Amino acid sequence: MNELRAHEALPESDRMVRRKKSQLRETWRRMLKNKASLVGLTIIVLFAFMAIFADHIAPYHYDEQKLEDAFLKPSRDHWLGTDNFGRDILSRIIYGARISLQIGLISVGIGVAVGGSLGAFAAYYGGYTDNAIMRFIDVLLAIPNIVLAISISAALGPGLVNAMIAVGIGTVPIYARVVRASVMTVKEQEFVEAARCIGAKTPRILLRHILPNAMAPIIVQATLGVATAILAAAGLSFIGLGIQPPTPEWGAMLSAGRQYIRDHWHIVTFPGLAIMLTIFALNLLGDGLRDALDPRLKR
Amino acid sequence: MHRYVLRRVVMMIPVLLGVSLVIFTMMYFTPGDPARLILGDTASEAEVEALREEMGLNDTFIVQYSRYLKKAIAHGDLGTSYVTGRPVITEIVARFPTTMLLAMLSVIVSVLIGIPTGIISATKQYSIFDNMAMIFALLGVSMPNFWQGLILIIVFSLHLGWLPASGFYGPSYWILPALTIGTGTAATITRMTRSSMLEVIRQDYIRTARAKGQSEIVVILKHALKNALIPIITVIGLQFGRGLGGAILTESIFSIPGLGKLMVDSIKARNYPVVQGGVLFIAVMFSFINLLVDILYAYADPRIKSQYRRRS
Repeated sequence: MNELRAHEALPESDRMVRRKKSQLRETWRRMLKNKASLVGLTIIVLFAFMAIFADHIAPYHYDEQKLEDAFLKPSRDHWLGTDNFGRDILSRIIYGARISLQIGLISVGIGVAVGGSLGAFAAYYGGYTDNAIMRFIDVLLAIPNIVLAISISAALGPGLVNAMIAVGIGTVPIYARVVRASVMTVKEQEFVEAARCIGAKTPRILLRHILPNAMAPIIVQATLGVATAILAAAGLSFIGLGIQPPTPEWGAMLSAGRQYIRDHWHIVTFPGLAIMLTIFALNLLGDGLRDALDPRLKR
Repeated sequence: MHRYVLRRVVMMIPVLLGVSLVIFTMMYFTPGDPARLILGDTASEAEVEALREEMGLNDTFIVQYSRYLKKAIAHGDLGTSYVTGRPVITEIVARFPTTMLLAMLSVIVSVLIGIPTGIISATKQYSIFDNMAMIFALLGVSMPNFWQGLILIIVFSLHLGWLPASGFYGPSYWILPALTIGTGTAATITRMTRSSMLEVIRQDYIRTARAKGQSEIVVILKHALKNALIPIITVIGLQFGRGLGGAILTESIFSIPGLGKLMVDSIKARNYPVVQGGVLFIAVMFSFINLLVDILYAYADPRIKSQYRRRS
């Protein structure tokens, strides 16, 4: 009771901060209770660590060629073997984590920023704005997202930045719909009406009041979206549209190694495993986050 | 119902016009001169300019798009391939049955694996089978299908020698590509079936069915599965559409002469009319599949059928 009174005695802003902190702490506590999402989180942290400290961890530089060491099987010197140029596959996978995570995060950032803004405006303004934006989204949704990403990539040309844009734009319809649905639920609530009554402007209402309260599904979708983005970018590289050699992107490594699979299985096996492990971890984390943010969804 | 279907088909028209505009815009702003591409580096500037004029490439964007649209709607003419000189629509129609067959086979594989696994997982929730199935499903969702294709080739073609690694000439050639696309999709269907069945088997009418003394198989297949089908059909429909997209990568791995390989080859050769036509064609197919899924809902759930009647 005393605690309640003390809480009531706090100024409004402090109370909001405290409530947000306790929500975050509660979500974090639920996440930690879920073993699967902990495994996912651990793997992601490991990959992030690999990506940041690649220069110090990798036994060789990603582009260090020794033609006399080409196609070596996994051994003590080269744990995952070497490729057709004698480059150490483990080192390239470690450096590749940097590229793949970067692509995943930036593409999702593009998708969330563009799709999220479109979805938020559509839901907030409703009427013609909503109709116009959502019909445009319907047009994008009529193209399977990998086909959309491939078309954009074909138009922009190969390269890291273009791949990120292509994959990011390919995910715009998903975020537009998620954010729209989420904002539509929140915008009818009383605190939004209260903000409008005290004269808050639209950008402030959207950014300070609606979006923070509509974040849960967006965070979940974005976490799962990083996985989809990494897969899509690897797919683009695989068909020669994404990242170009010698950059050690995992999909590009698969593409370069596929012609040698007859005699050298290890060239394609390990980069593929790296992709799978990352996506697996992100999916575990995404599922865990969803359960933690909305326990009703838990099965 | 018929009026509902007709209304949906009519509603598809503006969407597909939008798709054609988006794709045309993307290809229009793509760097590179198509006339130079066709004539090669040895052609003189005058020859290139003459061809540009002949192809109408000097016209404004609006004029070019209107012409493209008019030809596409009136004659089904999506332009001419820069590489073969044949009409794009002829190239697409020649390749599409292969891609369609591959997409259908992969859906069959995914349904045969996904639905039974999902049902057993739901009825034996938290059992070893359920846990293992969920781990495999999550791995299946996480596996890049182009990598899975390569691993299947290494194991079943190169090491065991059981199945061919490339081509699409008969049933033995179909197995690996269908498995490549189908197992990933099966994972999604398993997860959705389990989740949907879990929702349904806790309902009162299931308890009533059991109380009436009906056998467990009848309760699960007749009462539970039928009511859990809507989200499963949605996922199958979506996966079928994704299968068309996934075929682009899978056909490249297995050298299957389908629409996907045609598009990848065309992108590499900067043969943009074929890319443009291919994307438009896939979008049309994707939209029709979504419509078909909506119609299937009505057969799975009579309540939806009555809603369709009210709406139309």
